[in-house]
Amino acid sequence: MTDSKYFTTTKKGEIFELKAELNSDKKEKKKEAVKKVIASMTVGKDVSALFPDVVNCMQTDNLELKKLVYLYLMNYAKSQPDMAIMAVNTFVKDCEDPNPLIRALAVRTMGCIRVDKITEYLCEPLRKCLKDEDPYVRKTAAVCVAKLHDINAQLVEDQGFLDTLKDLISDSNPMVVANAVAALSEIAESHPNSNLLDLNPQTINKLLTALNECTEWGQIFILDCLANYTPRDDRESQSICERVTPRLSHANSAVVLSAVKVLMKFMEMLPKDLDYYGTLLKKLAPPLVTLLSAEPELQYVALRNINLIVQKRPEILKHEMKVFFVKYNDPIYVKLEKLDIMIRLASQANIAQVLAELKEYATEVDVDFVRKAVRAIGRCAIKVEQSAERCVSTLLDLIQTKVNYVVQEAIVVIKDIFRKYPNKYESVIATLCENLDSLDEPEARAAMIWIVGEYAERIDNADELLESFLEGFHDESTQVQLQLLTAIVKLFLKKPTETQELVQQVLSLATQDSDNPDLRDRGYIYWRLLSTDPVAAKEVVLAEKPLISEETDLIEPTLLEELICHIGTLASVYHKPPSAFVEGSRGVQHKRLPARAGSGESTDSPDVSQSVGGATEAAPTVIPSQGDLLGDLLNLDLAPPAAGPTVPPSMQLGAMDLLGGGLDSLMGDDSEAMGAGLGSTPAVMPTSLGAPPVVGGGLGDLFDLGGSVGMPAGAYVPPKSVWLPAMKAKGLEISGTFARRSGVIQMELSLTNKAMSVMTDFAIQFNRNSFGLAPAGPLQVLTPLSPNQTIEVSLPLSTSGPVMKMEPLNNLQVAVKNNIDVFYFSCQYPISLLFVEDGKMERQVFLATWKDIPNDNEAQFVIKDCHLNSDAASSKLQGSNIFTIAKRTVDNQDMLYQSIKLTNGIWVLTELRVQGGNPSYTDLELSVKCRASEVSQFVYQCYELVLKN
Amino acid sequence: MIGGLFIYNHKGEVLISRVYRDDIGRNAVDAFRVNVIHARQQVRSPVTNIARTSFFHVKRSNIWLAAVTKQNVNAAMVFEFLYKMCDVMTAYFGKISEENIKNNFVLIYELLDEILDFGYPQNSETGALKTFITQQGIKSQHHTKEEQSQITSQVTGQIGWRREGIKYRRNELFLDVLESVNLLMSPQGQVLSAHVSGRVVMKSYLSGMPECKFGMNDKIVIDKQGKGGSADDAGKSELGGSGKQSIAIDDCTFHQCVRLSKFDSERSISFIPPDGEYELMRYRTTKDIILPFRVIPLVREVGRTKLEVKVVIKSNFKPSLLAQKIEVRIPTPLNTSGVQVICMKGKAKYKASENAIVWKIKRMAGMKESQISAEIELLPTNDKKKWARPPISMNFEVPFAPSGLKVRYLKVFEPKLNYSDHDVIKWVRYIGRSGIYETRC
Repeated sequence: MTDSKYFTTTKKGEIFELKAELNSDKKEKKKEAVKKVIASMTVGKDVSALFPDVVNCMQTDNLELKKLVYLYLMNYAKSQPDMAIMAVNTFVKDCEDPNPLIRALAVRTMGCIRVDKITEYLCEPLRKCLKDEDPYVRKTAAVCVAKLHDINAQLVEDQGFLDTLKDLISDSNPMVVANAVAALSEIAESHPNSNLLDLNPQTINKLLTALNECTEWGQIFILDCLANYTPRDDRESQSICERVTPRLSHANSAVVLSAVKVLMKFMEMLPKDLDYYGTLLKKLAPPLVTLLSAEPELQYVALRNINLIVQKRPEILKHEMKVFFVKYNDPIYVKLEKLDIMIRLASQANIAQVLAELKEYATEVDVDFVRKAVRAIGRCAIKVEQSAERCVSTLLDLIQTKVNYVVQEAIVVIKDIFRKYPNKYESVIATLCENLDSLDEPEARAAMIWIVGEYAERIDNADELLESFLEGFHDESTQVQLQLLTAIVKLFLKKPTETQELVQQVLSLATQDSDNPDLRDRGYIYWRLLSTDPVAAKEVVLAEKPLISEETDLIEPTLLEELICHIGTLASVYHKPPSAFVEGSRGVQHKRLPARAGSGESTDSPDVSQSVGGATEAAPTVIPSQGDLLGDLLNLDLAPPAAGPTVPPSMQLGAMDLLGGGLDSLMGDDSEAMGAGLGSTPAVMPTSLGAPPVVGGGLGDLFDLGGSVGMPAGAYVPPKSVWLPAMKAKGLEISGTFARRSGVIQMELSLTNKAMSVMTDFAIQFNRNSFGLAPAGPLQVLTPLSPNQTIEVSLPLSTSGPVMKMEPLNNLQVAVKNNIDVFYFSCQYPISLLFVEDGKMERQVFLATWKDIPNDNEAQFVIKDCHLNSDAASSKLQGSNIFTIAKRTVDNQDMLYQSIKLTNGIWVLTELRVQGGNPSYTDLELSVKCRASEVSQFVYQCYELVLKN
Repeated sequence: MIGGLFIYNHKGEVLISRVYRDDIGRNAVDAFRVNVIHARQQVRSPVTNIARTSFFHVKRSNIWLAAVTKQNVNAAMVFEFLYKMCDVMTAYFGKISEENIKNNFVLIYELLDEILDFGYPQNSETGALKTFITQQGIKSQHHTKEEQSQITSQVTGQIGWRREGIKYRRNELFLDVLESVNLLMSPQGQVLSAHVSGRVVMKSYLSGMPECKFGMNDKIVIDKQGKGGSADDAGKSELGGSGKQSIAIDDCTFHQCVRLSKFDSERSISFIPPDGEYELMRYRTTKDIILPFRVIPLVREVGRTKLEVKVVIKSNFKPSLLAQKIEVRIPTPLNTSGVQVICMKGKAKYKASENAIVWKIKRMAGMKESQISAEIELLPTNDKKKWARPPISMNFEVPFAPSGLKVRYLKVFEPKLNYSDHDVIKWVRYIGRSGIYETRC
């Protein structure tokens, strides 16, 4: 007798039969019937009508039958809430059963029944089970708290389950610890600002101990939780890393990847000159390689992650090229990912091997894979100059195969090679022209047209070739149309006599017959240029093109940092932040890498920053000479704001570049990671065809705006101001600001050397101050500061230093030393720096405290000219850890009650009155109450700062 | 976390469906069937996102297992869990097939309830699970209170993979060193890449809670001992491996019973083993690999309708050893019309359905060579695409470890019971198999 028969009964009247069987006296028959019900449920049949009959079978001492009934309940309770109550009694009874397996089963199932009335009854049994003597029950109860929280968060908080859950982190059983960590992490995710997972060195220590003892899955929960912790300093960071590295030898790939995540994140904090840093780098490579011998699906996850790791720290895997060679029977998804990593790892040392491999791949069957292989050959040529010649000849061989998609792909990459190495390989143009007719993809056509236009003077029949494209102008894609327009204008400027007609034709096609604004605008610009000043036109259109960079598809650095924090998860597989694919509040939190104690990032990738420098220098050489003309052009009947859209999507050259610059200056006050990060954006895309970067200032502004919109909302960070002018410090200029980022106070400094000699040996010290601010680590300026160089340093601060009351309260006296001398200055920090993340007071406590503080301590202030409504103000303030506890509306006047907690534990309570209905009355009234009334003044200053910026 | 788990047959019919999270709607089951199983174009990734819902899938024969989630879950963990789920099912009822799944659906639901709670994987060691998920329709009273607490403490305990109170009359253990040697060689005989991925599989039939310590000719350990003098007893080989040479291990991973922190600090491998068969460790080496066979291909195109292929294989190990199950697979073009083969040893056959000549040799001693030549007739085609010339692949089995790994000792201590290391009967076996062993032609 087999169970598969249950899947086949589909006859009519079945429900009635089942009903009879369920009510049968014979136990065996009952069980059979329940099995049939579950089978029907599985294949999607609605058997909810049997609810009362199935629930009747619940009272049984047969564990198997009980589990089946529970399974049914979990599925249908929601649709039959009233009847589900019938089950409560059995659950409550089972929670008292002497058998721990049954107790756990009951509490586990109860948590899965999402019916409000049942949840109420769940609280008492759950409370008992959380303290059960049996670890199996406790570990089940821990997960149940997360279940209950998902149904009714308020209930969990009110019942105090969160505290019990926190206690379980200290449980003696490792599995209970692991499940408690998992449950807490999940609950904390939906309360971004709560201090629920109060990670401090003691709890971290407990977690690390449990890590050695619990199951593989528990290890994953704990490691993923550890990754959210920010160590206080590099020493703590190192000691955690030391205790995590043994996990790299675990057989479970997920344990390994989660350990890699923790290490990659905490490594950020280690000084690079530390021996341990080098050791750690070496330890990371072998486990990553081992992941590639796992099953293909895991290989895919591993490769997507390695792709990120290679971008963040190329040094880890630079010698491991061979393991990424494609195997003949790898699944296609593994092949494509390996290829990507091969290109990233290609260097002068291994290029010969890589090329030989790529050539093999280009003869494979899978079209996508072959295309990518061909493209990879082109990228190698651009990345490694020594290989360019071999790459070109390989590509020519491939063109000879006449396989359509290979030819097209080859032409697209050869165009980039031309741009990278001008006047070197143009001899192959003739071969390319032979294949003109076979090109049917827009990208290949555009590339070919670009080549013809760019080298028009060397191609005798360039005009004929371009004319042939012009016939079907309106059927081409935008990319090709734009390219054709530019190419014909180039041709005209090179051979004006023969091609006047052609250029007229294309200009009228572009400006009169097209409804594509990009095309029209570019057409007009050319037209005006040509008719106003042909010499200028030549200078613009035939201008020297900026060099293209080798790194084309690097992930944008801030995103990369975020993804590194998500190693092993779906985000790292999709290469998208969680917010892009997770609904609701869970994904919204952006994770960041911790800041390194000192700055070393700018020296990290000199080649990249150079290439950016090159690009930005190149652009100005075009624009200044044409500045006036352009200005005129834009002021004519073309409305100036339209300058934006004139950059067609394919022309990312100007856009990326300007975006980089704009954001850079915009975020100049941000930490160095940001600056260096943006520096390595692909400043110049090879896909940007020869179109000159015509639009300058206008676009810059536009993108500046875009940048500020995209900034994450958070605490307001005032712009840097000069604290120590160069005159007072023998040429050292220091400007700076303060910021609070995810709970860490940072002093952000720009050190500029305005003297003639190199400065080294920087150190910093603070005088005693009101809130005990002190540097949390040494000032890390690793490279000597050469004349006229500026270096951005971000110094994490702690509040554990010696305390002395200063005048004014927020004054900070600083001493900076370098190889020349010691310099002193003082600066004032916004007190909002000290507002901690868990400053949200309970309503009741707030009321009591407000009454408790003597009225003498209340201070009144007026914030003038603030156009925010109460909600906007509240959310703005929240960013700076000023929490709104309650809101009351009286006579059109909104009153916000807010609480603030300072790092030294002082609470500040405020009442903010906002005029709701009257737009002309824009003053806000602020009352501040605090036991230490001297801070009120500074709290008011913070409100002003935050609300007005 | 995992929001739900579905099992489908090859037609896309649902065999098992268990939803753990409220955010997974009932249409998720169908979404996967429509967009992945029935997709017109073969899905090219094991992770698919359909309408903001992510699906992870693995296939076992023609059965699809899919995990579904709406959150940013640990993707590696989900796949590891799916594999584990397959292992557990296999351990309970054998091969994963539609028939077996339908026959055991109640058991599978019971397992899914136990090893995945709210989408969080729980203890999934078969050894532990089998103590309380038995499908015998056990009544709760059958366990005594002590038995119950023993079960729960094992499921949640530090040694979740082994139960207490195991007794054997004869304490015995078997160690299998199983290696798969991988090679990619250029037509000219240059090694493009070669590595050995090895596994040490242990079958332990030991009483009580034995502490074990495993030693092999790991270069790092040997070098360390070399410096410390030869006083260490452990340096002597105990299990017949002549530990003359040491090998450099690139990386290794261990079963969860091995104390990783101890390995990290002292590089010693100590553990309390699960009962029965399990995989103790996996490792990878790339240096000084013994390549058991060398393949020398020669392919000549004679005109457009004929190919001449000659392949020589040379065995490269001690003449006293015998390789077995040798198979050489020579790919032929798709437009092959006829093949003539001559080989000195073994049997060779052209298999049209596989587009390959398969040459099989039962046994071959070391330091020998053998050759095959074939003439391949081709149909004239107007297909412009060149034949991709897939590499020649080889399969074989040899009675040694191509990495050079040798077991030096496996010591067993059981402080509570009265048997000592010497009473344990130990067996060691080395098997080297071909992994992907390819020579381009």
